[in-house]
Order: sequence, then structure tokens, then C-alpha cells
Amino acid sequence: MRKALSLVAAALMLTSLAACGGGTSSSQPAENPSGSSESAPAENSGTSEGGEILIGVITPQTGSVAIYGQAVENGVRMAFEEINEAGGVAGKTFRLEVLDDKGDPIESTNAYNMLMDEEIDFLLGPVTSKPALAVMELAAEDGIPVLTASATQADVTSYGDNIFRTCFTDPFQGSVLANFTKNNLNLTKCAVLYNTSDDYSAGIANSFQNKAGELGLEVVSFEGYGATDKDFKTQLTNIQSAGAEVLILPDYYQTAALVIAQAREIGLDIPVLGPDGFDGVLDVVNESDVAILNNVYFTGHYFTGDTDEKVANFVQSYTEKYNTSPVAFAALGYDSAYIIAEAYKATNGDTDFAAVVDAMKQTNYPGVAGNVKYGDNGDPIKSVSVIEIVDGAYQLSAKVEG
Amino acid sequence: MMDQLLDLTRQLLNGLQVGSIYALVALGYTMVYGIVKLINFAHGDFIMVGGYVSIVAIPMLVSNGLPAWLCVVAAVAVCSIIGVVSERAAYKPLREAPRISALITAIGVSLFLQNLFMIIFTPNGMPFPNLFDKTPIILGKIQVSKVTLITIVVSILLMVGLNLFVKRTRVGKAMRAVSEDAGAARLMGISVNATISATFAIGSGLAAVASVLYCSSYPLVDPNIGSMLGLKAFVAAVLGGIGIIPGAMLGGLALGIAESLTKAYISSKVADAVVFGILVVVLLVKPSGILGKNVGEKV
Repeated sequence: MRKALSLVAAALMLTSLAACGGGTSSSQPAENPSGSSESAPAENSGTSEGGEILIGVITPQTGSVAIYGQAVENGVRMAFEEINEAGGVAGKTFRLEVLDDKGDPIESTNAYNMLMDEEIDFLLGPVTSKPALAVMELAAEDGIPVLTASATQADVTSYGDNIFRTCFTDPFQGSVLANFTKNNLNLTKCAVLYNTSDDYSAGIANSFQNKAGELGLEVVSFEGYGATDKDFKTQLTNIQSAGAEVLILPDYYQTAALVIAQAREIGLDIPVLGPDGFDGVLDVVNESDVAILNNVYFTGHYFTGDTDEKVANFVQSYTEKYNTSPVAFAALGYDSAYIIAEAYKATNGDTDFAAVVDAMKQTNYPGVAGNVKYGDNGDPIKSVSVIEIVDGAYQLSAKVEG
Repeated sequence: MMDQLLDLTRQLLNGLQVGSIYALVALGYTMVYGIVKLINFAHGDFIMVGGYVSIVAIPMLVSNGLPAWLCVVAAVAVCSIIGVVSERAAYKPLREAPRISALITAIGVSLFLQNLFMIIFTPNGMPFPNLFDKTPIILGKIQVSKVTLITIVVSILLMVGLNLFVKRTRVGKAMRAVSEDAGAARLMGISVNATISATFAIGSGLAAVASVLYCSSYPLVDPNIGSMLGLKAFVAAVLGGIGIIPGAMLGGLALGIAESLTKAYISSKVADAVVFGILVVVLLVKPSGILGKNVGEKV
């Protein structure tokens, strides 16, 4: 019996390992954006006219955050196709080499090493924060210019001055949510429920708590859960008993859908506030159930219904091309590609790492998801849209400063 | 005081709901272990299969004017077939092989199922349709969802039914005989292969029912939903005494309540640590589980 059980314990460890890496491993072949697919692969050196600038892209194409990876990739591809069709930058066209990281730091590191072996000129990605953290440490040593479209975790840009991002940061979202709670919702008793094993979730939870303290909000309940949890009723029951008036739920849309469904099930009908990870939540809730998402707010990089001409044009061409409406990640991917193109325009096609990094620092690009300008570090200075879900539709609720 | 009592009742109900799902899944582990001494690590993934089968079946049922909850029939049928087929294809050829080989094969079957469904249905989660009316039931000051009550009641009925089945019917008797001594059972004219198949079919069928109940409460199906649930149910089976049917029920309910109370009164951040800590403690203190007897291993 003892022997059998020690065997079982060994197997248990094995399956938990297997559960962590349970994705199919397939690297995507490089695809040329249609604009440059005809051109012969030219020598990739120096500042001479003609040739290609090779952009390495790391996105999750499979796994639980694949929806973000696909959106970023779509936006990036569309932008570079437009840029290449318009003649590229300084006579050069952009070529993409896209690898899948499954949202996993180890896969992401492998992808980075493979891309560096191919001598990429610029790294775009990773999409989510954990893989980004793993990659940035390496990238800082190599000095390659890096732009992540959507990794919002605070430390991502801290590793070196060659690292930039297009999105706002996690702490920024936490303080935006605190401001929104106080000034727009006029509520004071807050509960926080976050994923203890996720930097993204914990980052926002902590910054919310700090900002709430500054603003005089009362955090009556600070609860956590594990990455694979599906049952949150216990924590929600505690939150209900604590008399919370608003729930801060920093996580991605899949978990958000489960938590909100269970909150409404136990009769906890208070407003739920979330970060940009909520975007897409309508797709994972039954159409007959969308009412549970009423009174849900989240910070957004941009809003598809915005009447601004630049946004409207982007939304229209994206929808025509991919037959789906662009989530914020697509807009960030799109902006990222143009920011990169601007940097190479400034260097006149020079692919020297240091020159491109200097050009990136001078960025002042009016993107679809807000103006991007860099301050002391690689984090942009932006205002944030707070989006509300009303009867199964997203609506712009307010624009809030962090 | 009154409020604390109410809170405790709510948390116990939460625990009972999760616990009855663990118990239903644990039954599958324990039955299979009892009869072929195999930890079927693919068992958790039958939950995932059941979820996807229901998602496919429900629109068909509804368009034919049938109630959506009948998807449980389809889920049970498909899961039982997959259970029996996986036994025939993957485990039976290894019945005489060292136990570790079968165990590794079970992990292989688990990964195979996860990746197969990832290819068919994409890795993105799919919403699970509503089977039950969402209006909650109000008991005094406590608001309980129908799904919670249905989960608890259906699980208890199934467990009692399974107990009677194993005790009273011929197939049940054959199962007990094979689990005690397969060689002697064969000499008595019991078809060992058919009995093992029946065990897998029933275990997987129970997982399918658990799957429909689970997905109704946590309405998002993705190819990995079975892995953590399977592990916890396995802990429940070991806690109760693996191979012992009432042990699986007791283990499941105890684990669900322990998890819920830990989250409620100690910290929601250590719940998983407590669940797996229980496994470690049980293995150290009473490896045969709560209801298990210490029997020397036959050499």
C-alpha cells in the first residue's frame, strides 16, 4: 500500500507539471505581410536604401490568453501591411517573424532566443505581463529596442531604457479605478478579489489599495484565489458579509465571467470594476445571461464607438479585414507598429539598436488608443477610458486621469 | 452571533456544493482503483469531455423541443464510451505490466484528450448554456441558487444509488469479486473484462453527470477544466480511502467543506495549499485513508 501511494504521489507531481504545459507546441512559420511577399529577400545590413527591417513578434496564439495574442497580431499585421503598401520607411519594408509563447514565460524566453538567432532588428511583444517580464530581462542585456503593445505590469519597462510600451501600466489602472470609485461612483466601501499567483492581478490590487488609502476609501475585504480556481463563492460570501459597495476584480475576462456569474448568483449585485483584461468578457457569457454584466466597469485603452475620425477609420478597416470588431489589444498592436515605423523614419532606416532606442524616446505619436509620448521611462503618458457594460453592449462611461 | 451563524451556513452550503462534485468525480477514481489498481489520471478530463458534449447537444435538444437538461444523457453516453474505449485501447494491454507503466499511460490519455479537444474546439473558453432557472431560492436570510441545491441533491441520490447497485446487483457483486481477487472471480465464471468495462462505464458516466452540474455552476468550458478538478477529486479519493466507495463520498464532501472553511476563516490565499496539505498529512498519518483498513500488500 505504501509503495502504491508513493507511486501515486510521484504521478500527482507529474500531472500537475503536465497540466502547466498542456498546450500543443507548434511554432508558426514566418509569413510575409502581403505587401512585401513579392519582393526578393534583400541583404539586411547597414543603412543602405532598400532591404528589410525584420521585426520579431512574440504573441500567445494558443492557450488561455490566445484571444489577446491574435488581436495584437491582427493589428500589427494590418499596420505593417499599410506601411509597406505606402512604400515602407526610408525605402525599406518591414518583415514579421511571429512566434507563439502560449502566454508562458518559458515558451516566451525560448521564442526570444530563437528570434535573436535570426538577428531581428526590433522586438514587438510579448503580449501578457508574465512572459514580458521574463523576456525583458534578457532584452535589456542585449540592448535590442523592444516595444510591448499590451504588457501592463509595472516592472516591464524597468529593466533598461531600451524597453517601451504602448499601453498604460497596471498600477496606473489601479489608481484610475480608485479615482473612478470615489469621483464617479461616489462609493467608499471597497472589496478587492485578486489572483494571488498572477503579477498582473496582484499589481492592480496593490495599487488600488494604496490609492484607495490616499483617497480615503475603505477597503473592507481583501481576498485572493489561485490561478486554476473556478469556485469563488466563499470569498464572495465574505465580501457580501463585509458590506462592500463595490468589488475590484483585477483579472482577465474568463475568470471575470465566472466570478461575476457567481457573485450575481449569491445576490451580490454591487458594481464590479476591472482592468483592461475584462475586454472580451461578453464573448464568454451566454447571450441570455448578459444582464449579469450590468453594473460592470473596466478601464479601456480606447473605445470602438469613439467618433474620432482616426478611431472610426481604424475600426472600419479592421472590421472589413478580419470580420470582427477590434478589441483594445488590436488597437494597441496597430499603434505599436506605427510607433516602430516612426522610429525608423527618424533614423532614416538605420537599424543600429542605440539609434533606434534614441528615436523611440522622442516618440510623439497620436495613436488610435490615445497619444503616445514617453516621459522619464518607457511608460507612455495617457488618459484612460472607463467602459461600462449595459445590456450586453460596451459604452463609454468616463475618461479618467490616473 | 446570528450573522456569524448565517455566514457559516452559507459557507457550508458552498463547501457542500463543491464537495459533492469532488465526491462524484472521486467515485470514478476510487471504483477504477478498486478494480484494476490504476489511478486513472484521464478521469478529470472526462469532465471536460462531458462539458463539450453538452455544449454541442443542447442546441440540438432545444431545437427539437426537448428540455436542455437532457444533455446529461448525451454526456453520460459519450463519456461512458470514451471511458470504456480508453480502457480497452490504453490500459488493458498494460494490465500485466508494471503499475508505473499504466500510470504514465493514464497521464498520456489525459494529455491526449486535452489536446484533442483543444484542436476541435480551440483553446478559448466557451460559455456553457443555462440549464436551470437562475432565480435563487430564498431560505430565510440565505439566498441559494437552484444549481447549488440540485448539485447537492443529485449527487447524494447518485451516491446512494451507486452504493445499492454495488451491494445488490449481479454486476455490482461481480465488481466486488473482481476487486477482491480477479483470478478467483474468473474461476467462478465472472467475465473479468466485461466487469472492468462496466466499472469504467459507470465511473465515466458519473463524471459526466458531475460535468453537467459543474459547468452549470461555473459556466465556462475550456480544454483544461478537468485537470485541477481531477487532482482535487483524486485527493478526495485518497482522503476517504482509495478503492472504498463510501470513502470517496466522505472524502469529497470533507474536502469541499475544508476548502470552503479555509477560504472563509483562515485565508482565501492558502486554500489550495490546505487541500494538498491534507493529502500529505493523510499519506503520512494514515495512508489507507479515513475509511481504509491497513492491509499488507500482497507480494
